[in-house]
Amino acid sequence: MKLVQISVFLENKQGRLFEVCSLLGKEKINIRALSVAESEEFGILRMVVDNPTKAVAALKKRGFVASLTDIVAVEVDDKPGGLASILGVFSKNNINVEYMYGFVEKFSDKAILVFRFDDANKAIKVLARNKISIIGEKDIKSL
Amino acid sequence: MIWNEKMECMGAEEMREVQSARLRETVAYVYKNCPRYKKKLHEHNVAPEDITGIDDISKLPFTVKEDLRDSYPFGLFSRPTKEIAEIHVSSGTTGNPTVVGYTREDIRLWSDVMARSFACAGALPGDMIQIAYGYGLFTGGLGAHYGALEMGLTIIPASSGQTKRQLKLMHDFKPRLLACTPSYCLYMAEEAREMGLDPKKSSWEIGIFGAEPWSESMRKEIEDTWNILATDIYGLSEIIGPGVAQECGFKKGLHIFWDVFYPEVINQKTLKHAKEGEEGELVITTLTKRGMPLLRYRTRDIVSITYERCRCGRTTPRISKIQGRTDDMIIVRGINVFPSQIEHVLLGIEGTKPHYQLVVDRKAGKLDELEILVEVEQKIFSDEIKQLRLLEEKIAKEIESVLGIFVKVRLVEPKTIERSEGKAKRVIDKRTA
Repeated sequence: MKLVQISVFLENKQGRLFEVCSLLGKEKINIRALSVAESEEFGILRMVVDNPTKAVAALKKRGFVASLTDIVAVEVDDKPGGLASILGVFSKNNINVEYMYGFVEKFSDKAILVFRFDDANKAIKVLARNKISIIGEKDIKSL
Repeated sequence: MIWNEKMECMGAEEMREVQSARLRETVAYVYKNCPRYKKKLHEHNVAPEDITGIDDISKLPFTVKEDLRDSYPFGLFSRPTKEIAEIHVSSGTTGNPTVVGYTREDIRLWSDVMARSFACAGALPGDMIQIAYGYGLFTGGLGAHYGALEMGLTIIPASSGQTKRQLKLMHDFKPRLLACTPSYCLYMAEEAREMGLDPKKSSWEIGIFGAEPWSESMRKEIEDTWNILATDIYGLSEIIGPGVAQECGFKKGLHIFWDVFYPEVINQKTLKHAKEGEEGELVITTLTKRGMPLLRYRTRDIVSITYERCRCGRTTPRISKIQGRTDDMIIVRGINVFPSQIEHVLLGIEGTKPHYQLVVDRKAGKLDELEILVEVEQKIFSDEIKQLRLLEEKIAKEIESVLGIFVKVRLVEPKTIERSEGKAKRVIDKRTA
């Protein structure tokens, strides 16, 4: 099952990240995971939030360029080798990861990894076959 | 319709007579009334008697922008200030601003040429016009206003800015005509979409766009976006403001009203007349102005001219769309760069909009660097750095192939480049700072 991530174009300027986060705060949108990819002059802020549609609408209204991207979030054990085991599965099955980022859950021993695949559907099938648990929209909301 | 059919459709021979008489009269007039011109003519060894007809115009000295600045504020006026009805000031980017003065007769002339321009674009008496050029010291707003009054249009004197209100006026009053800068017109489309209005369904049918150079691709963008006929109007405050030349519906060059603004196109190196169709600097002599007539004023605008007759029936010559004013042109490593070239490239790339700015810099001991800021649009945004990098490279490569020099492209957030409610600021030159 795919999740939706929001991506926002940001220039490397003071206060821009703050503006995005405070805007989402005002809209009562909760950020579950976040990563910033950056080049010299600009960055892309990627976030998993509890209400992506509302978040993108609010950002666009304020003049940000933002889009929705399908991603897959999986749960792995928060222990040495946890990430490697899952990457091994992708490697064996010829699945390309465009980018990924992770975060650790507060009250469990699991880590959550967010993946952007070139072929998400194929990745999901492989994950299911290998009994790796995928996080759904409901799980994200209740985290 | 043709507003001033007598002057706009006059045969060539008869027109020469009119121009010759008016030139003789104008030279004698400035000689008598403007000490600076008297001195200039003396220095150039020409006396009013030497001017017998329009062909003698090449005996006259050129007037350049510096002449206006040097005689700031009123030194080039041919009338005492108490006989001047109106003063306009155009902001100079360097030094003193340029000041121009109109007598009441000049205002009547302005009204006439602006009415000719509106008619040339396709306006009819009784049409409603939204004038979104700035009113005030800038000539755009009031010039359009006088012409619209003269023609019997219903005027919405909206002036520039307050875009939401502009769109509401358009939506509620349904004007058929819009007069503003082309970049502001495109800017309004963004706002319209944000307000939930469909630009294609606007009441505007004809746009009269000017005050800044704009390309054919920008015309297409405007016409597709708003579903209107986008026509180009040309003018400069030194000559009168808008109303010097205007495109008709055939959009094959701008009809220049040569019974009052006599055009020459010169080669900038030799200062001799360029051949018909050849590019050069536009030089204009005002033939009937009273407040501040100018002889052979070098406009710094690059055009070509054709004397071929247009299908619309006017006999006036036509100048090409302005390639760029030499003021806007920057020289980077010896290469002439016009912002319009960048605009053209951006409009040719799927999804990019002509919101850009050129930044030229020179670090100590290094070559000039040209950086081009381009706003990221929703359509071209990718959430992968790689894709955005590729886009930067693609834009840079295409610009390089046009200009022949290396450029750096930098993507910036939407609306970070200053929007023009008057004129767009396309160039930032840090070399002189």
